[in-house]
Amino acid sequence: METRRIVFYPQPQLGLKFMRRKPTNLELWLVAAAALLLIVVLPCLNAFTPDGSWLHVSNFTINLYGKYLCYAMLAISVDLLWGYTGLLSLGQALFFTLGGYMMGMYLMRLIGDLGQYHKPIPDFLVFLGWSTLPAFWKPFDSFPFAMLMAMLLPGLVSMIFGFFAFRSRIRGVYFSILTQALTYAACLLFFRNSLLMGGNNGFTDFKYMLGHDTRSPATQRALFIATGVALLLVYLLCKWLTKTKFGKIQRAIRDSENRVMFSGYSTANFKLFVFVVSALIASLAGVLYVPQVGIINPSEMSTDKSLEAVVWVAVGGRGTLVGPILGAFAVNAMKSWATRAYPDLWLIFLGVTFILVTVFMPKGIVGLPGQLRSLKKRFARRTPNPDLSAKADPEVIPDPDANQLAKIK
Amino acid sequence: MTMSHKQFVLLLEGVNKTFDGFKAISDLNFYMDDGELRTIIGPNGAGKSTMMDIITGRTKPDTGKVEFGKDTDLTAMSEHEINRLGIGRKFQTPSVYIHHTVFENLLLSLKGSRGVFAALFSRTTPAQRERIHEVLKTIGLTDKAESPAGSLSHGQKQWLEIGMLLAQDPKLLLVDEPAAGMTDEETHKTGELLLSLEGKHSIVVIEHDMTFVRQIARKVTVLHQGTVLCEGTVDEVQNDERVKEVYLGRKKKH
Repeated sequence: METRRIVFYPQPQLGLKFMRRKPTNLELWLVAAAALLLIVVLPCLNAFTPDGSWLHVSNFTINLYGKYLCYAMLAISVDLLWGYTGLLSLGQALFFTLGGYMMGMYLMRLIGDLGQYHKPIPDFLVFLGWSTLPAFWKPFDSFPFAMLMAMLLPGLVSMIFGFFAFRSRIRGVYFSILTQALTYAACLLFFRNSLLMGGNNGFTDFKYMLGHDTRSPATQRALFIATGVALLLVYLLCKWLTKTKFGKIQRAIRDSENRVMFSGYSTANFKLFVFVVSALIASLAGVLYVPQVGIINPSEMSTDKSLEAVVWVAVGGRGTLVGPILGAFAVNAMKSWATRAYPDLWLIFLGVTFILVTVFMPKGIVGLPGQLRSLKKRFARRTPNPDLSAKADPEVIPDPDANQLAKIK
Repeated sequence: MTMSHKQFVLLLEGVNKTFDGFKAISDLNFYMDDGELRTIIGPNGAGKSTMMDIITGRTKPDTGKVEFGKDTDLTAMSEHEINRLGIGRKFQTPSVYIHHTVFENLLLSLKGSRGVFAALFSRTTPAQRERIHEVLKTIGLTDKAESPAGSLSHGQKQWLEIGMLLAQDPKLLLVDEPAAGMTDEETHKTGELLLSLEGKHSIVVIEHDMTFVRQIARKVTVLHQGTVLCEGTVDEVQNDERVKEVYLGRKKKH
């Protein structure tokens, strides 16, 4: 058979060399440094320096940062869906809270008869007129069982919901609305006393965990370290996941789902997998959150909680793994300050931040160095220098369609 | 048996499809031989893209038979299942993964396992690399292998998408307006690319541009109002009274 040889013209190479920066190890070094600081240095400074020394890290700080670490984990779970797969889920707070409740049930059982009513069952059950423990509460005496449920329950909920949502091709804003609705429904369910999950007060007043006093600084420190390690592991897991062919398909679905589907991949299965993994990460964050904060109630599932997590990711930089962590810390640090200094204005601050970031920093904090670099270049180009002006901007992918249009006209 | 019945690679018989009262496809019959390069032309709204949608599983026909190869019924299958049978489709607007490199675009398209868990532990083999470089050579994008697909020109994106189909090694290629928005030069090269694939794959090309059709056409099918108006060589088709009528305006009113 005759094979034709096609002569292709050499294509211009302008600027393409710069387009794809070699992946540096800078990110890994920074993460390693941050992990060392959080997992080793801060707890040591908390434990071994005297109160009042300038090096001392207070129990309050440890507790606060521990909370931020949980939020960072939640933010990663949002980004894995939104930034990497193009699925804006407004339901991550649901999985976070489910994990939290499972841990909460265990902690409630460990209060024993130290509650207000001095009965062997949780106070709210006594209040509701129960004298014995409901059957489904019994296995939660066991820590391993509670942890198993903290993975099984969110895993199953996300799997069932995801199966139907993705099979029915629910995409874009409809997916967001549906996840939001699911979370709201769950929120209303948990508000009901008849669910026997504490109603609107939820669970609080925890005393012990694995034989340790949850309120002691040492326990809080251990929880902080555990959360730091968990976040590091989640980060590494996601780093690996996004590097595999699976990760490539994930981003391909984000950029052109039709192409992926017409390349023989069942995109529904891929999305379902990511959805379940994200739910499990969010749940793990909730599990670690509850003993550090000391309370879990249905308000954790309210609309603004899911939206806040989306703002963290946007601020930090979506489509990256460091971004959500930075965003969670930055926005929550701002929240801690603003809710003290201007308690009434916090939600306005949050909204304005979101708008400003979306308009002026589309790549978030992580994208800031690149943005500054391209600004600098643009500034340099203003001065007439033929050498510089000939080079294409590495940050901006040249729009060939614009050229094409010009040619047609 | 020297005169055995020739196997059609694609068969559509009595296909109908109505969208909200609009008859997009009406009693369509279409037969294609194995290894054929077929061009489909027709005015806007003739049902060309709907026909592609029906073949690839995106749209289900109301009635009719859609078969691939030896009696494989396509009407009950989903897009990815149909693709796995060996039917590749190129969309009208180039759809490539703009944040992946050209190499990665082809890697994700290569024939092979499509499962979730396989994707977690899959590694690129030397044979796969070789195949990708072969495709890169065919589509003339060898020196762009490591560039992000988003940086390619419109024409190059179209070629990349054709390359992504080739990487799947499909039996049947459906190519929807490959020359749309291309310069004359790019259009000509696209034509040569398609001609070079003739015989190795069965190819259906939908096109508007008559210069391009002249370049590549063997057998042309003219679609009009969702049904086949006529079939033949470019000259036969262009001299057909009904085709002239459809393209140059209605002379007779029924």
